[in-house]
Amino acid sequence: MSEFIQLIVSGLSTGSIYALAAVGFTLLWQASQTINFAQGEFVMVPAFFVLVLTVKMGLPVWLAMPLAVILAVLILGALFKRLIVEPMFRHGTIPLVIATIALGILLKEMVKEFYSPLGQPFPSLFPQTVLKIGNASISVPDIANLIIAMGTIFALQLFLSGTRTGRSMQATAQNPDVAQILGVDIKRMVLYTFLINGALAAIASILITPIYLAKFSNGETLGLVAFIAAIVGGFNQIRGALVGGLLLGVIDNLSAAYFSSEYRQALPMLLLIVIILVRPQGLLGTAEGRTV
Amino acid sequence: MIRRLAATTLTCMALTAPAAMADVVLADVAELSGAGAAAGAVWHDGVKMAVEEINASGGILGEMIDLKEYDSQTDPQNSRAMVQKAIDEGAYVLLGTVYSSSTVVNMLVAQQNGVPQLTGSESPTITAKGNPYIFRTAFGAQKGLPKLVSYLKDGLGAEKIAVVWANTEFGKGGYDAFMSIADEQGLEIVADVSTEQGQVDFAADVTKVKGSGADAVFVYLTEEESARFLIEAEKQGLELPLGGDTVLVSQKVIDLAGGAADGAFGHVGLSAEAPVPAIQEMAARFQEIYGYSADHNAIKGYIGVYVVKYVTEQIGEFDREKFAETLHGLCLSAADYPGVLMDVCWDETGEMSRESFLVEVVDGSQEITESLPAN
Repeated sequence: MSEFIQLIVSGLSTGSIYALAAVGFTLLWQASQTINFAQGEFVMVPAFFVLVLTVKMGLPVWLAMPLAVILAVLILGALFKRLIVEPMFRHGTIPLVIATIALGILLKEMVKEFYSPLGQPFPSLFPQTVLKIGNASISVPDIANLIIAMGTIFALQLFLSGTRTGRSMQATAQNPDVAQILGVDIKRMVLYTFLINGALAAIASILITPIYLAKFSNGETLGLVAFIAAIVGGFNQIRGALVGGLLLGVIDNLSAAYFSSEYRQALPMLLLIVIILVRPQGLLGTAEGRTV
Repeated sequence: MIRRLAATTLTCMALTAPAAMADVVLADVAELSGAGAAAGAVWHDGVKMAVEEINASGGILGEMIDLKEYDSQTDPQNSRAMVQKAIDEGAYVLLGTVYSSSTVVNMLVAQQNGVPQLTGSESPTITAKGNPYIFRTAFGAQKGLPKLVSYLKDGLGAEKIAVVWANTEFGKGGYDAFMSIADEQGLEIVADVSTEQGQVDFAADVTKVKGSGADAVFVYLTEEESARFLIEAEKQGLELPLGGDTVLVSQKVIDLAGGAADGAFGHVGLSAEAPVPAIQEMAARFQEIYGYSADHNAIKGYIGVYVVKYVTEQIGEFDREKFAETLHGLCLSAADYPGVLMDVCWDETGEMSRESFLVEVVDGSQEITESLPAN
């Protein structure tokens, strides 16, 4: 039983970080019909911002991490929207998807070329200590990751539902034409969405990289898992992406421990297939009508 | 008049020019990117360092080494293509690859073309296939693991062992060898945890090990996976002795895992901390040139190039067939051939034997606890 509890807690911890990336997928889709296949690389890159700032420039970690979040907001949020999304958007979803795939490859190769193809150690924010709860040993970093990731998502949810700007963003996502008639600055609202995605990616990066090590290829796994989590939970609901992320984290741990570590990577894909067949809108998603 | 003057000038230039220095091509096919870059890139730096030293001292039989590098991308099929490309581009001897899953594939190409290959791979299967052109730069896991198993049993008094291994050619070779020896020694395997190449999350694996009731853990993973396992083990407070063969306690893993590597122990064929002055001098030069610590892969790559030099000078010509024939059964002493760093012998399969060490990681460094004779 204690082993089961440990697996659940560490699965929720990793899953909550997947959820951060999955929420980013959902936000961009909702606000601008952008499916960002570079999302995994968006989570990989901020870790290298931290490394450049600490290792190459000698800044302390406590300063480098917030600076990395700011850089991510500017580069992976604002610059991404300005240089990739805006020019490609008018050509439709598919060219934009292809552009984000190209961007993902570009980011990966740039990190490999200009930093290193080798894995790099990355500082952890939390002490590597263990709490005894009954017979179960729960690690402090797992609990801290879970609290920070979930706290970030709940804060985002509060912002979207409890502030005027958040409600304007939701209105923009639901019906941009009506929102514009009602006086909402929809361009600004869409920009906010991209900035928030940059921040979410940076937070996910800082939490996951001490476990994964910093490596140019980290985005491959993260991007795929986040995409599956978003679809499984419901691509048009933040709470769906949250549930999808948590579910995948727990399933991954339980399958590796009790089923087969060889097939652990296949199980999320199987779950995806089942969800698409049984409930195409995702566990918490709502069916969307599209006109042609 | 002008035409005659030009012809005379050209003739004079041709007669007075020094004889053009021919180059001998060595090809290093290594994991310069992908999951194995932590091993291959370090091996490659060891190779480069030896080439520069040899060229600075006159080359091999008076010819400079032209080192060509090929990135296998840690992909066996790509490594096969790179080996073919290297052979097509005139490689005299091949160096690499380090990952066994690549070497078992690409060594067939080298064999078909009759090109000697010095590999950094340690899977027992490499030298068990009867390939007359493959030679190791470090001995296979089947030679090191008996020493580790003895230590687990007699040194630590462990009876129940958890095994965490990489489900790759490298990992399977070591796993099979370990299981066989553990069975002979009467050790009970209480957890058998296989992992995938490039795996990033070891939470479930560590939890399984924790609940297994093991006295000690045998970890047989590649560099980055070893580091991730150690980090996760520390995160979950796993307090069992963690032992491995070579990789677990390599400098690269220590650098990646930081304090999480402290207390890990293992058997190593080569170590920059070995009480061998030649190795320590080599490691110091390596640190100076490349700005990071040499590990067993760097030393393997370095030795590989010097083996090419010494064997070629023994046969007196660049003949691949004679090279392979000569290296089978050859012993090189470090006193006469300093580039091999330690006395070493190869048998008829290309397997090697050499003195080795038991080490423990203390405060982020390898500490030699025992020197073991060659077997």
